[in-house]
Amino acid sequence: MALETRKPGTGRSPDVNRELAGLDALELAAGARRSPLSRLWSAVWPMLVAVAIALGAWELVVLSGWKEPWVLPGPRDVLPEFWNVVTDGRFWDAVGLTMQRAVIGFAVATAIGVLIGAVVSRSMILRRAFGSLITGLQTMPSIAWFPLAILLFQLSESAILFVVVLGAAPSIANGLITGVDYTPPILLRAGKVMGLRGLGLYRHLIIPASLPSFVAGLKQGWAFAWRSLMAGELLVIIGDTQSVGTLLHFARELSDTERMISVMIVILIIGILVDQLFALADRTLRNRWGLNTD
Amino acid sequence: MSQATTATPSRTAAAVRLSGVSKAFGSGDTALLALDNVSLEVSPGEFVCLLGASGCGKSTLLNLVADLDKVTAGSIDVGGARVALMFQEPALFPWLTVTGNLELALRQRGVPRQERRARAAELLASVHLSGFEKKRPHQLSGGMRQRVALARALALTVDEDGDGGRGTVLLMDEPFGALDAMTRDLLHDEIERIWRERGLTVLFVTHNVREAVRLGDRVVLLSSRPGRVVEEFAVPMERPRRIDSTEVATLAATITDRLRAEVGRHGA
Repeated sequence: MALETRKPGTGRSPDVNRELAGLDALELAAGARRSPLSRLWSAVWPMLVAVAIALGAWELVVLSGWKEPWVLPGPRDVLPEFWNVVTDGRFWDAVGLTMQRAVIGFAVATAIGVLIGAVVSRSMILRRAFGSLITGLQTMPSIAWFPLAILLFQLSESAILFVVVLGAAPSIANGLITGVDYTPPILLRAGKVMGLRGLGLYRHLIIPASLPSFVAGLKQGWAFAWRSLMAGELLVIIGDTQSVGTLLHFARELSDTERMISVMIVILIIGILVDQLFALADRTLRNRWGLNTD
Repeated sequence: MSQATTATPSRTAAAVRLSGVSKAFGSGDTALLALDNVSLEVSPGEFVCLLGASGCGKSTLLNLVADLDKVTAGSIDVGGARVALMFQEPALFPWLTVTGNLELALRQRGVPRQERRARAAELLASVHLSGFEKKRPHQLSGGMRQRVALARALALTVDEDGDGGRGTVLLMDEPFGALDAMTRDLLHDEIERIWRERGLTVLFVTHNVREAVRLGDRVVLLSSRPGRVVEEFAVPMERPRRIDSTEVATLAATITDRLRAEVGRHGA
């Protein structure tokens, strides 16, 4: 061991390199890495089990005879209809329109959220003035905006967009403000020693430092946008356009419960998939920064 | 032996000169006096350790010298030297690689983009971390991170053309306080070597008496609440010293007694 070669008195310096290298090597003992396949499996099997349990519980409720089978059909009736729905081209057109609305609404909400967040986080007074208002907007059920939206924009795309943006923007702004607020003071001090000021301080320190919180805000913003959009598509039905919301609406009108539940499952799956994308972004960020303990 | 004390000012220009520096936080009756009339001169190339118990205003003093804060009274003159400050925490930016952290500091010093990579590599080599360029701070051990922080501090002292050193003041705020004893001993050797090679002027804050005696040309003892210079001790032992040698221990014992007497005043 290099560490034992240290002699008393002088003549130590040639060993310093070796000692440092030895200490570095000891402290950097790498953990064992698992193969991607086994990691994928360990992520997937709990989900499969959860799906099986959910289907089982659903079937049990149906078997208990709590509701008539045409009101609440079981998975054995719904799953074939689900297959019919997702293999239909017109269904994917409807999903396309809904996703287009979601993406546009989310993009506008992000732009507005970032703008508001950036302005408010710059000043303590603005934060005191608007901080609780933004949080209040965030907790406000988006469906409460629809009467106003319909008065302002009638039954139009704009009405839906309005509510989606109002649903998502506060969370995104809040994520950014929180990130700026929680920039570690020690990093700010280090930045000042380096002479970071003004825009440079934002570009090189505050914006990167607030990224994890900003991603969390985006993720939450997406969830609100998606909920607002579904509410909007059920309430604001524009002409004969086909969206996920109208499919749900007309399935209910026609008492086509199998179809209705199939569409609901699709809504759930889209929500999960997008959430997974955000989770992936979050995980990548955390791994790069070393915020993960495992 | 450099003896640039307040009582006997050296003939050469001081690298750092504090004249009657006071610092109060807050105002009126609730104002807290952190530093009271501190005068201190540090010669170019001198290694001075500031020693004191909690609340002696050591960190405040370094912040003032680094121009992160303004004095309430008195003046500080660093003669236009470049000043770098290193903390107990590495305070590296976690979103940048090791090289990225150094390059940002070099950028702030006005080093052209195309030179930064090579200069960062040189700095890393000087703290024995070549090969760790692409790592991120969390992938390194505490001691390695602190060496990167040292390299970053050195990066802030470089000239646009040369590699700096002379005319550079390195302020260190308990930089090894969070490290284990073995790593700390090794880093003492490292900082001493870099100080010599580069001819740095170092103002090193610590509450570890032996560390102060191990490293300093001079140990300046500060009182607590408010911080005042109580006494200065020249350290006559030849370098390199061992922190566990009898000479270091003996002088450390003397200083510790003085420090305890000073701390004891607050218990009465």
